Amino acid sequence: MALYNEEQTLLRDSAKAWVQEKSPVAAFRKLRDSGNEDGFDRAVWREMAEMGWTGILIPEEYGGTGLGYLTLGIVLEETGRTLTASPLVSTALAAASAIVLGGSEAQKQTWLPRIAEGSIVAAFAVDEGPHHDPSAVSMRAEKHGERALLTGKKQFVAEGGSADLIVVAAQGGLYLVAGKAQGLTRQKLHSLDSRGFANLTFESVDAEPLSDVAAHVLDRARAGLAAEMLGTATQAFEITLDYLKTRTQFGQLIGTFQALQHRAAKMYTDLELTRSCVEAALMAFDKNSNDAAQLASLAKAKAGETLHLVSNEMVQMHGGIGMTDAHDAGLYLKRARVVEALYGNAAFHRDRYATLLGY
Amino acid sequence: MADLESFRTEARAWIEANLPASLKGAGTRALTDEGSASIWGGRKVKWTNPDSKLWLERMGAKGWTAPTWPTQYGGGGLSAAEARVLDQELARAKAPPALASFGIWMLGPVLLEYASEEQKMEHLPKIVRGEIRWCQGYSEPGAGSDLAGLRTQAVDKGDHWLVNGQKIWTSYANYADWIFCLVRTDNSKKHEGISFLLFDMESAGIETRPIKLISGNSPFCETFFTDVKVPKKNLVGRLNGGWEIAKRLLQYERQNISSGGFGAGGGGYDLEHAAKDYVGVENGKLKDTDLRARITAHKMEAQAFALTVRRIAEESKSAKGPSPATSIVKYAAAKLNQDRTELLIEALGSQGLGWDGDGYTPQEIAAARGFLRAKGNSIEGGTSEVNLNVVSKRVLGLLDHQ
Repeated sequence: MALYNEEQTLLRDSAKAWVQEKSPVAAFRKLRDSGNEDGFDRAVWREMAEMGWTGILIPEEYGGTGLGYLTLGIVLEETGRTLTASPLVSTALAAASAIVLGGSEAQKQTWLPRIAEGSIVAAFAVDEGPHHDPSAVSMRAEKHGERALLTGKKQFVAEGGSADLIVVAAQGGLYLVAGKAQGLTRQKLHSLDSRGFANLTFESVDAEPLSDVAAHVLDRARAGLAAEMLGTATQAFEITLDYLKTRTQFGQLIGTFQALQHRAAKMYTDLELTRSCVEAALMAFDKNSNDAAQLASLAKAKAGETLHLVSNEMVQMHGGIGMTDAHDAGLYLKRARVVEALYGNAAFHRDRYATLLGY
Repeated sequence: MADLESFRTEARAWIEANLPASLKGAGTRALTDEGSASIWGGRKVKWTNPDSKLWLERMGAKGWTAPTWPTQYGGGGLSAAEARVLDQELARAKAPPALASFGIWMLGPVLLEYASEEQKMEHLPKIVRGEIRWCQGYSEPGAGSDLAGLRTQAVDKGDHWLVNGQKIWTSYANYADWIFCLVRTDNSKKHEGISFLLFDMESAGIETRPIKLISGNSPFCETFFTDVKVPKKNLVGRLNGGWEIAKRLLQYERQNISSGGFGAGGGGYDLEHAAKDYVGVENGKLKDTDLRARITAHKMEAQAFALTVRRIAEESKSAKGPSPATSIVKYAAAKLNQDRTELLIEALGSQGLGWDGDGYTPQEIAAARGFLRAKGNSIEGGTSEVNLNVVSKRVLGLLDHQ
């Protein structure tokens, strides 16, 4: 991993300890089985806020710590390991970035302290069709002085079912919409990964504009989500590796079979390459590097491909038990396909990478 | 940091004053590229540009061909941080490498670790100055991936070793002055019966025969030893303790590959520019959308690899020791270069399928031959399968099949 400073190392250790103790995969399974409508546990969200995770991107004057993207990525990697359900990416990463980068002073004072203290859940609504395509936003924004009225639809919005604040991509830029605003209707979705996705319909909904920082917010969300995916893939791999070292067939540990050893070694290779991409992207945002967009696409694509591979191999290498609902492999596989698609799948990011390089 | 900056100023000024005019901006060349103009030094060197000789003499005298080796052995005595600054300054001046050398990349580091003081004093300074060119006597016809199965014998004749046997895939043995050679000194044990021997390639009883590859070039040789007499003092380390040294040297070999991958062999094309030229562009995108996607997937993988190499270097700087990621580098580098050269000839179309003659430019022919040469990348220096075994066992802790 990257060379963490002392603060980051401490945070990584405390996040790891908290996740393993308070939020193991069993906690997510329980949440799923409980039929929880939010798609996350409010008590867990409060604990995350108490630990300061919700304020990692928020400057100190607005109640956060301003530690930056690599630091938030460290936390997301740990929560990703155990499929911990939370609004961290939507709220503490995407919405916080949108307001920090594109908000007026008044908007920052209104919203950032609330995000930092964990008292609101925010969503980031971009896509309008079944495929990620930020260039195809058709949400209309009718300007009325300082405010605007939004009309249109948003599809597959993470935390869209519970959000108190929605950052909406519309024609001409980003807007803030209160969750209680009139004219906003929500259709909660039951997605594969049992999280809080929703489709949203806006009919002349009151909104206030942010600066047009949609592309910048999206890239930060992609890099942060890639960190979560790295954690998910790493844990899926470690669970599988452990199984290779304990399961016996033909009187042998199955991990002694070279056909499986080489596939495990290739997964390890992909995980190491993915880690390099994810950390490089997060650090690029901390440093405001010119190549941050390219690195964000690289990280999201590579994390998507690696998680795709590892989640498939997790099922296959576990054999029949991996196909049962009682085993965790299915939970990893279901979450994998959702995050692979969110904010652009590998094919989307390959195309974008080529375009950024001018061919 | 202030010291580093003053070193940077000093290095920049020295390069400015000492890099011969004809080499300024010559740039880095792929050291593993067949037929490349790399300078390998040695007793048999033929200088095509006298400035290359001058540049090697100056860099060698300064010890900067082996910047981190101790000064008493002719090295530069630089810290790792200073050596990185030197690299940056050489790259900034687009200076060509003064010397390509198995002595620097592989042998020197293990001599520093295992050799006697007398051996270090004898061999290291000549390596630094490029006076002696070394080759690597490892593989044998019956010992490829199973390297420890080697059978070349060294028999103790009292005042000398008598060496008999055959090596194969000895890179540039026909140009080399000396060989570092794995020999069997105990037939009753496998790994514990191997010793690490150094000897002069001009000794009586040595014959080298270049092997013609599918690329048409001959970078490797068969090397035959018939009653070769080797002085007793040329044994490095412990008798029958050569396997440990051999493995350590392989780590350096694979690590060296990690610093630059397999280079830009195959005509020095830039993949997407070649594709633009030969395939064409429509609406700002390559016309062949399928090739565009595969080129992009390759380029992204190449960037991920480069970021990983950088991360490994940074992590090993910190006191934590070598990163476990090092073990994947050889495997990944081989695959990347094979993918790149395959994509390149596909992009060139029928112009990427030339062997020789006037129907093709020299660069196009180099692309085709580079594609053929790259097939060796997953075989030489440890096959991809052996490297995956290493990762499985040493990194992931998976056990041998019983």
